[in-house]
Amino acid sequence: MSILIKNVSKTFGNFVALDRVSLEVPDRVLLALLGPSGSGKTTLLRIIAGLEVADSGNVLYQKEDITDQSARDRKVGFVFQHYALFRHMTVAENIGYGLRVRKTPKAKIRQRVGELLKLIRLEGLQARYPGQLSGGQRQRVALARALAAEPRVLLLDEPFGALDAKVRQDLRQWLRRLHEEIHVSSIFVTHDQEEAFEVADRVVVMNEGRIEQIGTPEQVYDHPATPFVYNFLGNVNLFQSRVVNGKARIGSLEMEVPEGTHPEGQAVMYVRPHLLDIEQQATGADHFRARVKHINRTGPLVKIELMTEWGDFVNVEMSQERFRHLGLKSDLEVFVKPREVRVFSATGRA
Amino acid sequence: MASVNRRVLPGFSLTLGYTVFYLSILVLIPITACFFKAASLSFQEFWHAVWTERARAAYLLTFGAAFVAAIVNLFLGLLLAWVLVRYTFPGKKLVDSLVDLPLALPTAVGGLVYSSLYVQKGWLGQYLVPLGIQGAYSRFAIVLVLVFVGLPFVVRTVQPILEDFDPEAEEASASLGGTRWQTFRNIILPTLYPALITGFALAFARGVGEYGSVVFVSGNMPYKTEIAPILIVARLEEFAYGEATAIAVVLLIISFSMLVLINLLERWSMRYEH
Repeated sequence: MSILIKNVSKTFGNFVALDRVSLEVPDRVLLALLGPSGSGKTTLLRIIAGLEVADSGNVLYQKEDITDQSARDRKVGFVFQHYALFRHMTVAENIGYGLRVRKTPKAKIRQRVGELLKLIRLEGLQARYPGQLSGGQRQRVALARALAAEPRVLLLDEPFGALDAKVRQDLRQWLRRLHEEIHVSSIFVTHDQEEAFEVADRVVVMNEGRIEQIGTPEQVYDHPATPFVYNFLGNVNLFQSRVVNGKARIGSLEMEVPEGTHPEGQAVMYVRPHLLDIEQQATGADHFRARVKHINRTGPLVKIELMTEWGDFVNVEMSQERFRHLGLKSDLEVFVKPREVRVFSATGRA
Repeated sequence: MASVNRRVLPGFSLTLGYTVFYLSILVLIPITACFFKAASLSFQEFWHAVWTERARAAYLLTFGAAFVAAIVNLFLGLLLAWVLVRYTFPGKKLVDSLVDLPLALPTAVGGLVYSSLYVQKGWLGQYLVPLGIQGAYSRFAIVLVLVFVGLPFVVRTVQPILEDFDPEAEEASASLGGTRWQTFRNIILPTLYPALITGFALAFARGVGEYGSVVFVSGNMPYKTEIAPILIVARLEEFAYGEATAIAVVLLIISFSMLVLINLLERWSMRYEH
């Protein structure tokens, strides 16, 4: 079931939660709405579910306009961040609830509940109450409950937010596999980029009620469209520079601004730590001087913190082999050469 | 050191000591005294005192009226709590504080006001009595004042639970296809059961023990509108202390067994907690 969102806006008092958002979710895709808190991602999800009413704009499933349909009639499966299981019902009653309220015959409910218990690997626990389950088990019951009535779309609000790291990791992979099995269009909200990249086919980055970028995880990570996306995805060095005649300058560094982006004047240069090369000798003008300040050798990559010639700190990552080859030590002066940069004008977009 | 105290807050033995002490002085000793006094009668005398036709009518009326009033309060209280929690309207604070009034008002005042309102010449009675509704000096009158004195209990036990109710559970029900009524019936109401039962039990117990207001509205006609506490007073006025306490003991036993029953019901309604 494809979902189309057209020009949806929503305000809460003076706060603009969504500002003319449009988005198309193709059939059978697992899509992540990624953004910081307050970016409007949960509001968008709730509007798709019918739990919130948009001030303006339309929501369409397939080609049917369902903007004015209530949550009950939309046939969506919604998974809440804190599960929202019915405490006074057993696991089986919880899962069967959506079928029961739609007047499904008892035998059919029992059969479907059995299937879902198998799917979420909780056979034998159907008589338990939610209070007797672990967090991860509760989340799976919530998912089974949402899936029971065969929803047209599955919506998940920070589905793993309240779980500890290990369980979260397991559930992510499980959700991925589950999606491959059942193929229902799914949208999940997260503020965790790693989660979005690992689970989703498609990532939508949101900020302040607007969509910043839509793309596959690779597209979004490798080619961030806006300074916000660069920043939000983390691990990036910012250099305040000046662009003159298509060349960005800072300190002794002079770099060609990539084709098609020519923000003359004050600009910010974004470089990822692994796209900075450290060398002992200077070659050309596309480098700057820096002094090694701190070295962290734990993990597969060596993380080095340097002080640039103009007094900023910059982070560089390199392989252990490269690090050994260079023989870097604290307080050593080196030359840093960016392999790839993005330049955005200091005031706005590229 | 013989024992190590692992509790965070000290004073367990002290507080438990006080609890037992006060419970004894306030509850256990008077009740025991009651049983001892009743034991001064022979079984024959006891039976004769507590199982007359008049006494049986009084028990039935006492518990029956208290039960009916508590049932009315169950629905009324739920409705009031619902309105107070779910909606905002002008004067909400006032309504909220009015709920407690029956607790603060001497019940005799309540009884007097009710009887003067519902008598044949009263403000309401002049219209109701011709319709055959006897709001004073009748069993209906007793239920009416018991509803009044028991009103706060269900409201005050249900209100906090309703306030804490997770709105997401309601949304979950709606997104799963539940209608408003199904959501209320299947999701909200069951979580209120323990509070409703507690409120019911309190209102019921209050109704059984009520004396001050009932005296004024019931007319105290033996076999008809005489509740058991009034029967006790009648026996006392005849200086039949042993008989009076015997009736009290019967009331005590019935009340206690009903409270035990309600407690069991409450535990059942909370079976999913542990």
